[in-house]
Amino acid sequence: MSTLLLVTLLLPLAGGVVVAGLPGERQLLAKQLTLAISLVVLVLTLVMAVGFDPGGERFQFASSYTWIADFGVRFALGVDGIAVVLIALIGVLVPVVVAASWNDEPTGGRSMKAFFAWLLVLETMMIGVFAATDVFLFYVFFEVMLVPMYFLIGSFGGPRRQYAAVKFFLYSLLGGLIMLASVIGLFVVSNNQLGEGTFAFDALRQLEITPGTQKLLFLGFFIAFAIKAPLVPFHTWLPDAGAEAPIGGAVLLVGVLDKVGTFGFLRYCLPLFPDASRFFAPLAIVLSVVGIFYGALLAMGQSDMKRLLAYTSIAHFGFIGLGVFAFTSQAGTGAVLYMVNHGISTGALFLIVGILINRGGSRLISDYGGMARVTPLLAGAFLIAGLSSLGLPGTNSFVSEFLVLIGSFTTQPVFAIIATVGIILAALYILQMYQRTMHGPESLTNPRLRKARDLDKRELATLSPLIALIIVLGVYPKPVLDIITPAVEATMVDLGATDPAPTVAEEGTR
Amino acid sequence: MIEAPSVSYTGLSPILFVLGAALVGVLVEAFVPRRQRWGTQLVVALGGMLGALVSVALIAGKQELTISRAVAVDGPALFLEGTLALLGVLAILLLAERSPDMGGSAFVAQAAVPAGTALDRQLATQARTQTEVFPLASFALGGMMIFAAANNLLVMFVALEVLSLPLYLLAGLARRRRLLSQEAALKYFLLGAFTSAFFLYGLALIYGYAGTVDLRGIFDQAAGTEKSDALFVIGLAMLLVGLLFKAGVAPFHTWTPDVYQGAPTSVTAFMAACTKVAAFGAILRVLYVGFGNSEWTWRPVLYGVAIVTLIVGSVLALTQTDVKRMLAYSSIAHAGFILTGTIANSQAGLSSTMFYLLTYGLTTIGSFAVVMLVRDADGEAGHLSQWAGLAKRSPLVAGVFSLFLLALAGIPLTSGFTGKFVVFRAALDAGAGPLVVIALLASAVAAFFYIRVIVLMYFSEPADDGPTVAVPGMLTTISLAIAAAATVLLGVAPGAVLDLANQAAQFVG
Repeated sequence: MSTLLLVTLLLPLAGGVVVAGLPGERQLLAKQLTLAISLVVLVLTLVMAVGFDPGGERFQFASSYTWIADFGVRFALGVDGIAVVLIALIGVLVPVVVAASWNDEPTGGRSMKAFFAWLLVLETMMIGVFAATDVFLFYVFFEVMLVPMYFLIGSFGGPRRQYAAVKFFLYSLLGGLIMLASVIGLFVVSNNQLGEGTFAFDALRQLEITPGTQKLLFLGFFIAFAIKAPLVPFHTWLPDAGAEAPIGGAVLLVGVLDKVGTFGFLRYCLPLFPDASRFFAPLAIVLSVVGIFYGALLAMGQSDMKRLLAYTSIAHFGFIGLGVFAFTSQAGTGAVLYMVNHGISTGALFLIVGILINRGGSRLISDYGGMARVTPLLAGAFLIAGLSSLGLPGTNSFVSEFLVLIGSFTTQPVFAIIATVGIILAALYILQMYQRTMHGPESLTNPRLRKARDLDKRELATLSPLIALIIVLGVYPKPVLDIITPAVEATMVDLGATDPAPTVAEEGTR
Repeated sequence: MIEAPSVSYTGLSPILFVLGAALVGVLVEAFVPRRQRWGTQLVVALGGMLGALVSVALIAGKQELTISRAVAVDGPALFLEGTLALLGVLAILLLAERSPDMGGSAFVAQAAVPAGTALDRQLATQARTQTEVFPLASFALGGMMIFAAANNLLVMFVALEVLSLPLYLLAGLARRRRLLSQEAALKYFLLGAFTSAFFLYGLALIYGYAGTVDLRGIFDQAAGTEKSDALFVIGLAMLLVGLLFKAGVAPFHTWTPDVYQGAPTSVTAFMAACTKVAAFGAILRVLYVGFGNSEWTWRPVLYGVAIVTLIVGSVLALTQTDVKRMLAYSSIAHAGFILTGTIANSQAGLSSTMFYLLTYGLTTIGSFAVVMLVRDADGEAGHLSQWAGLAKRSPLVAGVFSLFLLALAGIPLTSGFTGKFVVFRAALDAGAGPLVVIALLASAVAAFFYIRVIVLMYFSEPADDGPTVAVPGMLTTISLAIAAAATVLLGVAPGAVLDLANQAAQFVG
């Protein structure tokens, strides 16, 4: 039993309660406290990531306590290589978001204290959803996670925040409820087979479920994750939520919350329902590839920068979905790395767009132009994050995109080739946005942009860790890959999938 | 010569406590000076219910049939009696609220004075209150307890009347908006009387078939006979009409919104929580004990009824603009969820239904208590638009109401989720997969109108002439605090209560 993970999980929650309890006029203290707690959590997650032994047990830092005996539910935590890197991503993104939201002024006289309190509560939920090794506990985190995000969007978002918050909540809740049917179904199956119902992931993995039942249970999980990820056609909530959320909320929504969907595919759909996964893989791959193009084409058509980024994410989730359902360890590893990288580069892009909106007061691309002359640092950061997002070699996303494509080529050559075309579209929508806002004639519609400030120290401090990660992981991704690979291989063993081709390429990339 | 049946006074003590308190209440009304009546009545009523609660705890585990097998003392009966007593305590605290900040007592001083007359206006300005509500509520609660414990259809019918008549009266006693309240009472009375007749006719037909009104006797007669099933099936159908009406199950739900809206809110809280518990208690006993071996007659029907109820409750709630009407439709939807557990016809079905009733009752009383607090010059502010921006004026009340709404929506870590989980598990185990999926979709629809209220309270700008949030009186505060604490506790650590429900899930007879 290790309590490190438990402490990492509960610390933000406790901090959130304290911050919420502070008197209303102590706004500064609330911010400082939030930043301090999130930094401590960052340190803890890094300690975990460094201390994680890739050759050791599948689930490390595990702890388990009886929770509801009647349901066989345990408060069981533990991280595999996939979860640990995603939790580290959360650890990095939350302090960044805190720093980025430092000077935000909420509309309608609301207090930022509530924002930071919800943020910390959200951090606990996000860590919990990746750290749970009990399906029931996972479900609880999966659902409760909605509440803080709902309040972040609804209270601190843009003009259409009410609509976006409700849409986000209802879509996710609908998915969650469908998953609940499968969760209960799993319990009933385990009760029939093992004599006592359980939700423990390791026990459920051993079940022999008949193919028909597997398909039904798989669908319950799949729909929930497909809404969360989101795959086309379950995606319509994301552009609204992403556009209306406050920048900090949007970073976590797209950077982390959506990963729960793709993480869920890997952690729950594949190992628990191997037959059904194989049966439905073509469907999932088609949806993913459709998503790559649909997201990219719609991104090109957007005039609102935040909506554009939301649509690019749909395209990126298409790549991740392809990697997950290609059933090779390379593609799987690539998909997990993609989740991390997407969190970093899209997170950075959202922050940069947020700074731009702060300067110009508009989300529309057409209201900007020639900003590179006025704000060279911002433009430089934008370019690096943008290049990472389109997968330029030397940036982090290239590694993951490449792994996904070569990994899926061995089992799904046709779809891998089609997906490759998506990279070209990615270059188009990112560079178009960059060009229209940063180059060209200076904007005439908004004279105040000519005197816009460049990045200040706080903004530099917010962006530099992400920019640094983009470069470092682009050049030397090995430490992260070393952690991910064994976990993905274990998943492939659960699934009963073997890599078809000799893995010469893998030697090259590792 | 008729021999006097033996009576197990200890086994019946919860019921005796409550009915005794009701009788004492009548005497108090007659002999205690008006000045001291309110306090005395409150103590008597609370004493009766707390006494019932304590005696349930003391005799837990008892399994017997008493008064010539007419009343059962068994796990389900005691669990539901305990639930009723607990909910009764919370409801009595709300009924007794007369803090001036909450507009004084919610009950009219003289119900017989025609609304709108000079005398009525004169009475409305006086602080005089009437205290008959306490014995009336105690009688109703005693009737509910017998209703859930009756092992004999005739006793069940008597209990049905004992619980219904005081409720009809209570519904008509509102101090404000009296015509609405009286209309609600009349509507409830007429429809209720009508369905009582259904129940009685069904009882007669069943008697014609089985030659007995004893539930076990019916069970035995229904097993392997050559008799025509016509009387049996029609009789059961009519019994069910009467029971489903009380439980507020579609298509017998039409009274619910009007009565919930018109009745004084504290009475609505009492009715919504306790009547549902009693009605489902009776449904469980009739179906499981009396008709457990002929589930092919009732299970498909209830399967369909549950689907209709889920759809009617959750879809119609979407269009409501009045908080109390919305909660009424939500209670219909919840009746559908409860039925989902009931049709399992298994021990899990029994224990999950009982657990759900407890969680639902606590959350419902809490929600109506919050409704009592939000007031404008005209009394309670029922229209949803008036709730806009409430979180700014009173974050605590908005927070507590959000908790109740999230529980009703079934979000994890609240009691509502645990309740849903157990009934769905029971239903899935009994092979009712499609029904579970429909129920889950209905909860997604239902979530929308609960969330809408949270949106209104938190994300909308308050209206200029919006209602104020009254400072709750001490009694309401206690009631609210218990309901809120239970809602969280049964969501986070439901283990002990689940065990209790599991152990109690054994019918005698």
